[in-house]
Amino acid sequence: MALLQIAEPGESAAPHEHRLAVGIDLGTTNSLVATVRSGMSVVLNDERGRPLLPSIVRYLANGEIEVGFSAQAHQASDPRNTIVSAKRFMGRGRKDIAHIEMLPYDFIDAEGMVKLKTAQGIKSPVEVSAEVLKALRVRAEASLGGELTGVVITVPAYFDDAQRQATKDAARLAGLNVLRLLNEPTAAAIAYGLDNGAEGVYAVFDLGGGTFDISILRLSKGVFEVMATGGDSALGGDDFDHRVFCWIIEQAGLKPLSPHDVRLLQVRAREAKEYLSQHSEAPITVKLGSGEYVDLTLTTDIFAEITRTLVQKTLVPTRKALRDAGLAPEDIKGVVMVGGSTRMPQIQHAVGEFFRQEPLNNLDPDKVVALGAAIQANLLAGNRAAGDDWLLLDVIPLSLGLETMGGLVEKVIPRNSTIPIARAQEFTTYKDGQTALAVHVVQGERELVSDCRSLARFELRGIPPMVAGAARIRVSFQVDADGLLSVTAREQTTGHEARIEVKPSYGLSDDEIAAMLKDSFSHASDDAFRRALREAQVEAQRLIEAVASALKEDAELLSTQERTQIDNAIVRLQAAVMGDDRRAIDQAMDALSKGTNEFAARRMNKSVSKALSGKKIDEVGLDA
Amino acid sequence: MTGLDFTADHFALFGLARAQGIDLPALDLRFRELQAQVHPDKHAHASDSDQRLSMQWATRVNEAYQTLKNPLARARYLLHLLGHDAQVESNTSMPMEFLVAQMELREAVADAKVGADDAALDDLRRKLVAEMKQDYQRLQSLIDAETDYVGASGLVRQLMFQEKLLQEIDDALEAVLA
Repeated sequence: MALLQIAEPGESAAPHEHRLAVGIDLGTTNSLVATVRSGMSVVLNDERGRPLLPSIVRYLANGEIEVGFSAQAHQASDPRNTIVSAKRFMGRGRKDIAHIEMLPYDFIDAEGMVKLKTAQGIKSPVEVSAEVLKALRVRAEASLGGELTGVVITVPAYFDDAQRQATKDAARLAGLNVLRLLNEPTAAAIAYGLDNGAEGVYAVFDLGGGTFDISILRLSKGVFEVMATGGDSALGGDDFDHRVFCWIIEQAGLKPLSPHDVRLLQVRAREAKEYLSQHSEAPITVKLGSGEYVDLTLTTDIFAEITRTLVQKTLVPTRKALRDAGLAPEDIKGVVMVGGSTRMPQIQHAVGEFFRQEPLNNLDPDKVVALGAAIQANLLAGNRAAGDDWLLLDVIPLSLGLETMGGLVEKVIPRNSTIPIARAQEFTTYKDGQTALAVHVVQGERELVSDCRSLARFELRGIPPMVAGAARIRVSFQVDADGLLSVTAREQTTGHEARIEVKPSYGLSDDEIAAMLKDSFSHASDDAFRRALREAQVEAQRLIEAVASALKEDAELLSTQERTQIDNAIVRLQAAVMGDDRRAIDQAMDALSKGTNEFAARRMNKSVSKALSGKKIDEVGLDA
Repeated sequence: MTGLDFTADHFALFGLARAQGIDLPALDLRFRELQAQVHPDKHAHASDSDQRLSMQWATRVNEAYQTLKNPLARARYLLHLLGHDAQVESNTSMPMEFLVAQMELREAVADAKVGADDAALDDLRRKLVAEMKQDYQRLQSLIDAETDYVGASGLVRQLMFQEKLLQEIDDALEAVLA
């Protein structure tokens, strides 16, 4: 008689039953899928042997959807329907997206998250990302020969709740069973740590296409413990491309560009950046739609100069994460470099200088996140093998809190708390007979609600009428292992219990005016600086529009040379508006105002003449 | 998850005696051992109810660990277990000289912040940390050796003040260095 086999909990029931699980790195620029095969984590290539899938989706008018290289091939010819870097829009409102005016899409500012108008109707960034995930799912299932049991999807460690929720929704839309959302630097640490048997405190410096993360981890006896994490969810290789793009416009003295030319120059800017990782100078040759040629050479020195502030921007969160971990640069045993953007020599240099050691580049920075995610997916799916008893302890990147009187934030769970975590806070009523309490959940480090991201609002009703201050309302936060929050509120003085559960998501928030500022730390001078910058940008935009409409009406008042000068001044101001240098904006505005003084005078004369033409000369008292 | 009692107090959960002075390496080790059992990653392929339970447990272990690791949180929790209310909300009276010293420190921090003087902030931070280190030693002695819970409660309230100031210095440093 055959004996029944009883499996140990945590081990697969049958040794040969291997559950198909993959790790997916859903990147801003490129995405990858990897799996563990015979104990080795490997990236799954497409049918042509290419590991990377460009995170680009094109919606064709005939109902077809192209994803990856085929979509990439059309990004310049069909910019409006070809969505690149959709990750930057995940869980983001219009105000959160940098340089939105330069993007060739028809944005619709839907509640909580922007949407895009395409040839196939209105698409949300969640749907666009779902297409990328579907393509990877098809690739994985073809390669592994069966349906996937589950996936681990990586997200930037610094993603907030709305961005994580959006990513999980995209996976659900793509028909994937999400075993876990895993932070990208943590995934990289798993791949690196298990590969190298690393022990000690490591930093993972992860600069991707659109996001930056820094994580400090302690690796010890099979435990990966994140001590602190920081970053900027809107800083990445795209920003370096943008600086090059602006430099090209300025150097070539280009007039306002068509969407096609904008995309073309963006592509060339990116190619030049990548070329500079291996060479000391990059030629940039472009034929514009107008037939005009751009022919420039970008050297590493110029590139380093125009991107210096971006490099500095990565060091601010790095310093903060170290301080949060209570460590100094010399306490770090190794710095693992992750993300294609760490190939840039100036990044390598800055990181090496900051940590006073050579960064670790022995794993492919494009693949390491997917490889780590695959190892985690394999484990979570229950394909446990000997030696697989390592443990991962991750944290939440941003503090979670509640709005209190006066628009102030009461922090409930501080940043860098190990997850899962729960905390409760008690509140009371402030009016006699008050029967409802508004609960507003926010995320961020700032003291004012308006400076944090609004995650959810709900009302707890049915509080028994009591005198002010008598009711006891307990609001509980629970953050799960994916870093996602759920909130419960309960009145508990009397036998009566009112209770409501809320899953915060981008759809629930009705007030997204409170755009969380990129830099999450509060200091008044920074706020003043930002306000001044915004005001300058708005003013500059108004000036550009005014000059443009004047040109439309009275272009014939200018000679060709005068016209060119004004056009150049407009382009310079447009470039300045895209940056964050207020002085540059002021200077460019000054230049444009001065450059149009004479034009304005002539226009005034013209309009006066026009006004006069209908009247008799003696009426205005002119000498004959 | 046998051998664990969800209702045990934090000290019992980590196999430690109820005291302000604890074996921190033992706490770390036990924390890892516990999480290796209960963490949701270890139960991702299990039933929904198992996963729910695992999350509750992992949450509980994290909370207990955070409380015991931090000396101030540990003291407050311990005083509570010992049936002594530290009156952190109701009792705001503090020795005059402490308040004066705190006010002077606060002013110095504000000045250094305005002057963007990170060296001065570093200096103030060092001084405060040294002072707090002594206070924490005193706190341990008050609770463990002298069982003077009234004195310990007073010191807890002072340390809460100091911790807040330390946070303010860190925020100011952040702002100055950014």
